[in-house]
Amino acid sequence: MTDLALVPDGGMPWLDASGPNSDLVLSTRIRLARNLAGRPFWGRNSPEDREAIVTTIGEAAQDMPALADATMYRLDAVSIATRRWLNERQLVSRELAGLDAAGRVRSGAVLLLGRSASAMINEEDHVRLQGLRSGFALESAYGVTDRTDRELGARVSFAFHPEFGYLTACPTNVGTGLRASVLIHLPALVLTKEITKVLQGLAQVGLTYRGLFGEGSEALGNLFQLSNQTTLGKSEAELLDHLGRMVHQVMAYEERARTALRRDASAALEDKAWRAWAVLKHARTLSFEETVDLLSGVRLGVGLRILPDVPLYSLNRVLVLAQTAHVAEAAGLSLDADAIPEHRAAFVRRMFEEVGHQ
Amino acid sequence: MNPCQSCHERDAVVRLTQIVGDDVTTVHLCSKCAAERGIETATEVAQTPLGAFLAAMDKGGAPMAAAAAVGEACPECGATLQDFRASGRLGCARCWITFERPLRDMLRRLHGATRHTGTGYARPGADQLTVPEHRERTRTELGEQLRLAVAAEQFERAAELRDALRVLEGE
Repeated sequence: MTDLALVPDGGMPWLDASGPNSDLVLSTRIRLARNLAGRPFWGRNSPEDREAIVTTIGEAAQDMPALADATMYRLDAVSIATRRWLNERQLVSRELAGLDAAGRVRSGAVLLLGRSASAMINEEDHVRLQGLRSGFALESAYGVTDRTDRELGARVSFAFHPEFGYLTACPTNVGTGLRASVLIHLPALVLTKEITKVLQGLAQVGLTYRGLFGEGSEALGNLFQLSNQTTLGKSEAELLDHLGRMVHQVMAYEERARTALRRDASAALEDKAWRAWAVLKHARTLSFEETVDLLSGVRLGVGLRILPDVPLYSLNRVLVLAQTAHVAEAAGLSLDADAIPEHRAAFVRRMFEEVGHQ
Repeated sequence: MNPCQSCHERDAVVRLTQIVGDDVTTVHLCSKCAAERGIETATEVAQTPLGAFLAAMDKGGAPMAAAAAVGEACPECGATLQDFRASGRLGCARCWITFERPLRDMLRRLHGATRHTGTGYARPGADQLTVPEHRERTRTELGEQLRLAVAAEQFERAAELRDALRVLEGE
């Protein structure tokens, strides 16, 4: 088993909520999809091709300031528990971790994890560079990812076409290969049922969303990942600017909905927050779904100063560490152990104790 | 079927309900007049590039035959349009050139554009061309492609290349 204690910064420097607007925006992620010239893509490459891709990028990385400190994790050589653990930390996609329906990890599936940037190798594209930042920080997240891209592109040959730009396995990613996503907490828009309208509006201006956990559009815990839909025909700066402006607007809608709730449904709002607080603080078993749902109520309550103060860092930590593979790892259990809901509840109670709310 | 309330010629296939303030108006439109208002109809979708693209692959591909005959494989990785349709993924970088025409139609549909306008890229060790040198090289390449397209009687492609050359020369 990979020694997960060696993951730099636990792979989650964004948890500290130090970034701008981190009361509403948990994290900002930039992804750049790149393929190496002369090697078949994802669906048609051989294990030898994939191994050669790992070697080429691994060697280039050693010489790159942006990835010099990176640690290499071979997902094709670790247990499903470790792969899930890395996926729960948002460090690897479900696809790279082999967590999709088929549940098999591909040979050559590798994560290169540095302090400021990371690279998923042999995902749908040969390499997907990632930069993750706390709060709403499109510029700095892009800055570090762009720097990593330039450094890598100067050492290996990317597949690039003068008209289509960076070539990707799927036409939805071609051009810039850029996917910028902002993880935002929108409980008031959900409570006031305005969320559908807001999300439809985003779809009309070329943005898309998905939930943080699980597949499909269901947004557990009122957490939405908003991102650009198109990658071609606009420059990176234009794509980021557009997403940034829309996120500002969504934040303003959320604030407005919060004000309206405080004004028109103050008792119901306080009741919701305090119930979430009470259950999380005292429950003896918790499913992950329930935890995330209640955590949203607590986050809202803390944000509106209905509840005693809990650092955002602690709330963010629970969001990650209360997931199944994390609870199982901490308790030395298997992923399907019946005792996981008990251990999860105990972990959440401890968090409340640690921040001084006995 | 009702006649179109805009052109009064074709049959209406779309009922458009507009709500402006408290006013609700409903008009019946044909697909052409609807399209002029930016509304796509189901029949319209089949006529869009993606629809044509998928239809071409379904039917054995007469409309797209000029670009890449269905069944024609990418010389680099052996992928065909059918493979792409089945997986939604291209086989290699060369596929982007082999299936350029149907892909361009698809990109228009997906991204509303076909041309990358973001960061450029020069491979390590590639000649660092000045802008005029780059333009000259592109002009030569486009000219050569135009000659080949005309020779192959790919007139649509030739027209596109001619337009691209004009743009370049207008710069």
